[in-house]
Formats: sequence, structure tokens, C-alpha cells
Amino acid sequence: MASKQSSRRISILDRSISKGKNEINLSTFALLFAEIVRYEQSRVNTIAELQNKLSSFGGFVGSKLTDLIFFREKGYKREVKLLNMLLFIKTTFMKNVFGKEADKLERNSENPRIYYIIENDPLVNTFISIPKDKGSLNVAAFTGGLIESVLKLNNFPCTVTTVWHNGTTYVIEFDEAVIAREKAGENK
Amino acid sequence: MSKQNVKSNSELFSMTYGALVVQLLDDFESDDEVNSQLDKIGYNIGLRIVDDFLSKNPSVGKCFDMKEIAAVLALKMYMGFTATVTDWSPAADEFSLVFDGNPLAEFVELPQEKHGNLQYSQALCGAIRGALEMVHFEVKGTDNEIRVRLIKKLDDHLPATED
Repeated sequence: MASKQSSRRISILDRSISKGKNEINLSTFALLFAEIVRYEQSRVNTIAELQNKLSSFGGFVGSKLTDLIFFREKGYKREVKLLNMLLFIKTTFMKNVFGKEADKLERNSENPRIYYIIENDPLVNTFISIPKDKGSLNVAAFTGGLIESVLKLNNFPCTVTTVWHNGTTYVIEFDEAVIAREKAGENK
Repeated sequence: MSKQNVKSNSELFSMTYGALVVQLLDDFESDDEVNSQLDKIGYNIGLRIVDDFLSKNPSVGKCFDMKEIAAVLALKMYMGFTATVTDWSPAADEFSLVFDGNPLAEFVELPQEKHGNLQYSQALCGAIRGALEMVHFEVKGTDNEIRVRLIKKLDDHLPATED
């Protein structure tokens, strides 16, 4: 390790960002993810805790990926409109990270603060079989956490919960401030 | 597992691995404990990945010595990079894998003074160990230049799994 470090004195910040076309075998990721789920499972007592843990894993990943993807896909231009931001997540972001877009983006007709992103078959769920007694567990909480952290980092404070409904649904509830800001923008 | 080698984004993988390491650093006090956890996680992955590998590569039969093992090591297939095999020991039971790019360590910089002992990619060693154990080789791997040493060939019984 020591010799490797000294031979590579260039700081990580000085290296150019890769094009991001690197790919890795899905099995490798699947097995790693399964190990993460198992590791956390051994350390928590309830399903809700496990979901939270997975979501915080996703949050970490999201916080690292958001800059990278905005840099590559949008030339570092951020989205400021709520709808554009959600569409960006549904299409470009999901495609970049998981290789396919989310299936649907919907809005709650009664509560303007709530949006849904629906994925019929999330990548992370492909390899995890849910034990019968833990029926409500959805490991896509990982993706939920990822979406939440991306939205937060782009100044759309919200909470994302992951539920089973038409496949997997990420329920995004924005803070009041986000909606107020949207309205203020429209009136100008 | 899928039949073909479906690909996924390597950044998602490296970030997720990073998240795991961060979590482990949080959960355990010493770097050494984190290393051994990573090794264990890698080992579990190795135990399962070897089935995936053999089912997709019917041409790979039973390997009998370390030279064959070294030639077969499936890093390209699973990690997307190749490693050079060098530095054989005279008895041909020990070799080194040297790689220039490590996708696990992409975007990673270790704080040297705080985590000097952390072997960031220790899971790789565990994975190699686990995978080879399933084909009846007990080996030991260490460090970023991974040193693989044959300890013994295992007899034909079911290896004990860690659960």
C-alpha cells in the first residue's frame, strides 16, 4: 500500500473525471448489495430500521453521484423548477445510475406537496428475495434514499418513503417552502 | 442470477462499496476490525460468485494447480479490469496480482494519518479467498497488490460456510 501511494502522488482532485462509461458485472453489484442488506439486517431489530439504514446508504451514494451526473449530463447546470427536477431524476438520473428510467412520475391530486415516482421492477430488488415474515421490507429504500439526497442537495427539501404499490413507489413529500417557492416563481 | 453478463454502472458499485466502508468505519472502532469485516463480506461474496462464474464459463473445468488458477482468475469479468500476474514463488504456490486501476477505489482518497491501517479493498481479498475455497483451494490474500498464497488443497468435502 505504502509504495503504491508514493508512486501515485497526484491528488484525486487533480485527476480528470472519467467519462463514466465504465461498467461492471451486475452480479458483482448484486452480491455486494446482498451483503450490505445482510450486514445491516444483523444489526437492526425492526424492518423500519433496516429500511432507514438502507436509505442512508442510498443517501451517501446519491450525495456523491449528484454532482457527477449534473456535471456530465447538464454541463453543471442545475434544475430550478420542481417539475424539471423530478423529470430529470426520473429519466436521466435513473438511466445513468441504474441503466433504465423509472416508469412513472405522478402527482397526488389532493396534496400538491406529494409526488410519486414509480418503478415496476427496481434493479436492487431483482436479487433480494423477501422472507415471508418480513413482507413489508423493500430494499428499494436504498433507491429512495438516493432520490431523497439528490433532491435535498439540489435545494428541494423533502422526505422520500419507499412503499410497495404498483411495484415500488417512492413517495416524495416536499417541504412547504418548495411549493411556496414554485408559486412565487409562477407569479412573476 | 441472470444468464448473460448483464452490466451495471461501475460508479454505482464503487459508491455503494464506499458507503459500506464508511458505515463500517462508523460501526467499528479500529481499522483492523473494519478490515476483517470487509474480508468476511468479500468472502461471502466469493462463495457465491464462483457458482455464477462456473455456470457462465463451461469451458473452465477443474483447475489443478496455482498456475491455472492464476490464469483463470475472473477479475476482468467481475471487476472490469485486468491484473498482471507476477512474482511467482519458486514452489509456484504464491503469486502477486498487480493492477493499475481499481474500480473499488475510484473517487477514493484515504486519510492516511487517520486510517493508515485500513485496507480499503480488503473485500477483494476475501472474495478471492471465498471463491477459491469453493473450488478447493485454500488461499490467503493480502494488500492492494494482492498476494495469493496456496495453503493447501482441500479434500472433497463440503467446506464449512460462515453464516
